[in-house]
Amino acid sequence: MSQSAAAAIVAAAPSRDRPPAGVVGPVAWLRANLFNSWWSTAVTLLLGYLIIRWGLSFIAWAVLNATWSVPVNELGQPDATICRTASPAGACWAVLGDKWRFILFGSFPYEQQWRPALCVLLFIGLYVVSGMRRFWRRELLLIWVAALTAIGVLMWGGVLGLDYVPQDQWGGLPITLILATFGLAFAFPLSVLVALGRRSTNLPAVKVICVLYVELIRGVPLISLLFMASVMFPLFMPVGMNPDKLLRAQIAFILFAAAYLAEVVRGGLQALPKGQYEAADALGLSYWQKTGLIILPQALRLVIPPLVNTFIGFFKDTSLVLIIGIFDLLTTGRIASSEPAWQGFANEIYLMLGVIYFVFCFAMSKYSRGLEREFSRARNR
Amino acid sequence: MSQAATLSQDAPAIVLDRVNKWYGSMHVLRDVSLTVEARERVVVCGPSGSGKSTMIRCINRLETHQEGRIVVDGTELTDDLRALDTIRREVGMVFQSFNLFPHLTVLENCTLAPIWVRKTPKAEAEDQAMDYLRRVKIPEQAKKYPGQLSGGQQQRVAIARALCMKPKIMLFDEPTSALDPEMIKEVLDTMIELAESGMTMVCVTHEMGFARRVADRVVFMDRGEIVESNSPHEMFENPQTDRLKLFLSQILRGH
Repeated sequence: MSQSAAAAIVAAAPSRDRPPAGVVGPVAWLRANLFNSWWSTAVTLLLGYLIIRWGLSFIAWAVLNATWSVPVNELGQPDATICRTASPAGACWAVLGDKWRFILFGSFPYEQQWRPALCVLLFIGLYVVSGMRRFWRRELLLIWVAALTAIGVLMWGGVLGLDYVPQDQWGGLPITLILATFGLAFAFPLSVLVALGRRSTNLPAVKVICVLYVELIRGVPLISLLFMASVMFPLFMPVGMNPDKLLRAQIAFILFAAAYLAEVVRGGLQALPKGQYEAADALGLSYWQKTGLIILPQALRLVIPPLVNTFIGFFKDTSLVLIIGIFDLLTTGRIASSEPAWQGFANEIYLMLGVIYFVFCFAMSKYSRGLEREFSRARNR
Repeated sequence: MSQAATLSQDAPAIVLDRVNKWYGSMHVLRDVSLTVEARERVVVCGPSGSGKSTMIRCINRLETHQEGRIVVDGTELTDDLRALDTIRREVGMVFQSFNLFPHLTVLENCTLAPIWVRKTPKAEAEDQAMDYLRRVKIPEQAKKYPGQLSGGQQQRVAIARALCMKPKIMLFDEPTSALDPEMIKEVLDTMIELAESGMTMVCVTHEMGFARRVADRVVFMDRGEIVESNSPHEMFENPQTDRLKLFLSQILRGH
């Protein structure tokens, strides 16, 4: 090594608090991740080509060649002929402009649709408030009761000067949110109890019941449970005592979700070291104190990812009520797309539904990651 | 530490009377009889698998015995849950693996049981916990989580946590076995201080220096039975059985 080169290294030495250029930065990242060998370069180029091509044609379909509104014919019906004859083919967003209220709120009386709209906002407000740790107090339960009562009043009406709207006229997004929110709000506590029961050592009867419950419910498809709730269950009930269809579906849904969640929670309970139980016992904590203060706070934190995974799955599974004739968001979308005036534009509708589902699911997933980060920061292990 | 033992002076603190226990067909405790007087410090030693941990864990019923009687502070251990609650309130335990609650701060670890079991008001429980944390010399760590502490510090927190319940009896189950050598001393110092304050203690440990310094009596267990029980001096200078001689030669060689 020449003397000047050595001198240069010594001179550079004090500023070695950063790795040399070419190891960090966007160019280095590209080189390390996308172009680090001839075949990765080839794969990058091929995928890049496909993505750009597909992206461009999507933009052409969705924006450039799209039709945003259609004329109304002499019968007052929208005439989608220009969409059908358009060349090159483009999206016909006019279908959403015409049908969005039906998709979101089903056949709820048109002039009264501010009520389900308000319900959706109430639900979203409830999620936001429940997500903030500063509201994690006893009062949150009251907020839930109040919000859910308000939602019930808004949907049913019949009081406070609101017209009564029977449940079979409800539809769209409120149905999906009702099923998902009530479903998970009841299924989660139930699942914790079932998981605890399944691990119980000194109450063998409880344990057997919990095991049977989980295995039976998990062993059948949700669809068959929904069928049973909607078709078979009324046969066993005395005449005149028939809870409405939505409630029956809701109960089937709660039972199903709880069985799955219980296994997730049980996984968390099992992951805790035995020493935690023993330390709580040795301090003289009662079973419920031990469970509520020591075991569950740790076990549930451990299972946030699979728990949220299950939550998201069930949020989307609410769409299965379609088969028993409850008009959730997906069902109203399907009905809208099969209307003669708008036949052939299902893509646009399903795209809208996809965006709505995605927003809710992505929010859940994003929130759970934030929660995990917060908890692991506190624990610092 | 001014932990005045409030056990009645004449009644023994702990009585084990011909206690037997089996794991399946393995006989892990064989006719174990042991009486610990109030304010007495007993060290239990023995090779691994000798049943010493099992015995100490029977005293607060983390393990159940199947034959014989165990009486703690005048209350017999049975299936009666109320008796068990009473005993666990009066008996503190320190574990080999600390078993602090990782989701709670050091202070919360110490105040949890006083608040929920003893129904101490929160402010009072916190004052008292800070008192004990000062005595184990880590008050400055009160707001930290156990995961941020060294092993020795965690074990001292565990001792403070047990003391916050103001127990009459303290059980130590190999409290220094999971520690790095340089941290053993800080924990032993804390235990010596506690012993000198007059606490009734049963310690399962291999720290013979500790046994010599504070124990009133050393109990040697092997294969589920108590083989010898004597003062530390007699025990180490004048072992009676071959089993104890073998054990002593093994642990002294290790030191």
